[in-house]
Amino acid sequence: MAIFRVLATRLVYATALLLAVLVLNFTLIHLAPGDVADTIAQSMGGADAEILAQIRADYGLDQPFLLQLGAYMSRVLQFDLGYSYFYAMPVTDLILQRLPATLLLVFTAQFLAMIIGVVLGVISARRPNGAMSHFVTFFALFGYSAPVFWTGILLLIGFSLKIQWFPVAGMRDVTVIGGVWTHFWDVLRHLVLPVVTLSSIFIALYSRLSRATMMETLSSDYVRTAKSKGLSQYSVVYKHALKNALSPVITLAGLQFSAVVSGAVLVETVFAWPGLGTLAFQSIIARDTPTILGILFFSALMVIIGNLLTDFALRLVDPRIRGKQ
Amino acid sequence: MKKTNFTPTPEARSPILEAWQMFRQNYAAMAGLIILSLIVLGAIFGPYLYPGQPFEMVWAPFSRPGVDGFILGTDYLGRDLLAQIIHGSRVTLIIGLSAAVVTVLIGVSIGALAGFYRGAIEEALMRFTEFFQVLPTLLFSMVIVALFGASLPMITLAIGLVSWTAVARITRSEFLRIRELEYVMASRASGASSMKLMFKVMLPNALPPIIVQSALMVGSAILFEAGLSFLGLTDPNVTSWGQIIGSNRQYILESSFTVTIPGLAIFITVLAISLVGDGLNDALNPKLRQR
Repeated sequence: MAIFRVLATRLVYATALLLAVLVLNFTLIHLAPGDVADTIAQSMGGADAEILAQIRADYGLDQPFLLQLGAYMSRVLQFDLGYSYFYAMPVTDLILQRLPATLLLVFTAQFLAMIIGVVLGVISARRPNGAMSHFVTFFALFGYSAPVFWTGILLLIGFSLKIQWFPVAGMRDVTVIGGVWTHFWDVLRHLVLPVVTLSSIFIALYSRLSRATMMETLSSDYVRTAKSKGLSQYSVVYKHALKNALSPVITLAGLQFSAVVSGAVLVETVFAWPGLGTLAFQSIIARDTPTILGILFFSALMVIIGNLLTDFALRLVDPRIRGKQ
Repeated sequence: MKKTNFTPTPEARSPILEAWQMFRQNYAAMAGLIILSLIVLGAIFGPYLYPGQPFEMVWAPFSRPGVDGFILGTDYLGRDLLAQIIHGSRVTLIIGLSAAVVTVLIGVSIGALAGFYRGAIEEALMRFTEFFQVLPTLLFSMVIVALFGASLPMITLAIGLVSWTAVARITRSEFLRIRELEYVMASRASGASSMKLMFKVMLPNALPPIIVQSALMVGSAILFEAGLSFLGLTDPNVTSWGQIIGSNRQYILESSFTVTIPGLAIFITVLAISLVGDGLNDALNPKLRQR
């Protein structure tokens, strides 16, 4: 089966990429000025030379660089990302605690942006000079140009402070008591503003691209044939043309995964969303290197998985690339 | 997109003039260019014309715009917001521009080498590019800035290091197209060195899409810098628009204008740059010109 061979090569390649990410990050942090032992000592309220040496020995900081790197890599391969100085708990546990919130935000935003972007693009491509088309162009420019944290703050002021429709911050309301559905509803209410904020950038990107490709597809020969066969407008646009216009959008969406994760960091900060972004921010300020490395690792993992998913979505939509490597 | 009726005049033969004529007829792009010129002029001359100092406490905090004689009001420490915006525009624009330059330098070199040499070199360079595409851009540059110091050159470098991949991809695909053209083969046959072929013969023809991308890069570098300084990862001794938002953010319950106004400044600047970039794209893209 070709598909399994493709899957296998992809997985091998993804693993190699991840290992390279690990090496780069570890080297980078090692090159940074400042002493990790100092940072740890500081969080204990200071220490003398003897204790500093003890810390270095405990964390393996007195070893040569390559040995430290090797030790780190072999620990990561056993799913052990080290121990956080700042949070005083294993980094893997810390990240797994925060990961679901970020995954919820990132994937909901990306999914929503693709659907809304494509729908807007298709509508405006059918009437390139209509009101909807101008709205899409305008909205796309807004999404490109507005800093995402500013959009978030504007929505926060508008829809949580002035009109109190949505909660100001966080993912859950601790005072909410009830069954699964009550909690689901609670998280959903918290999710609305962050997701709208994050997806606004990407709705802009996807709607613009799908408008362009859809316009091109609608003027192609096979669409004219479909029309002249007497197929309904709906069937021509949504069954025949859309499938072809979709693959560039999916390709772009795959390339955007790292931007979505980046945007999530800012959005999480604005809305105090308890995900990896806020954790990253706090651990970078606290110079908590094991946590920083762990987050960089997990976010690269997220991007790679996002890319793999995109690849499969592309194969589903576009039969022409199914056979290719 | 509006259709422009472009008829080449006999005196406009140079490609730059031709592109400018095309550009001039695009209202949105011209509006962007005018707004952008005003912002740049404001950044250059503003600090001399407006007496306020960005770090000086002049009044009670959160004075609303226009109420106590401060056009844009005062921030959470009672500093003149207009003075901060004027002085901040310099940092914002300089970082935007220089980060775009870094981006283009890295991207064009890697893309040109990959598209020129093909084979193993191309493979290796494109793998390298993909590797940088996987890195979560903002997180990675946050780490660089936090660990290596939040100086302006370091921030510029951090932004440039994570944003060059798009330029590299575009440059490579342009080079792949151009290398098969007859004029390149001709100068190859007449013994031009690889360096000359790459940068003197091929690069000028690859420039139009690179120019468009670099224009847009300035905008995204400004957004990037704003994001970093919003998070507090910025040089505390200089004011930038993102940093004004970041430091006033906790007080949006008391007053929101200290956050919305600098955000508006970023938005208008990046919008103007995007409009100019779109206009450049229409003016420089030969495919559209034939229509």
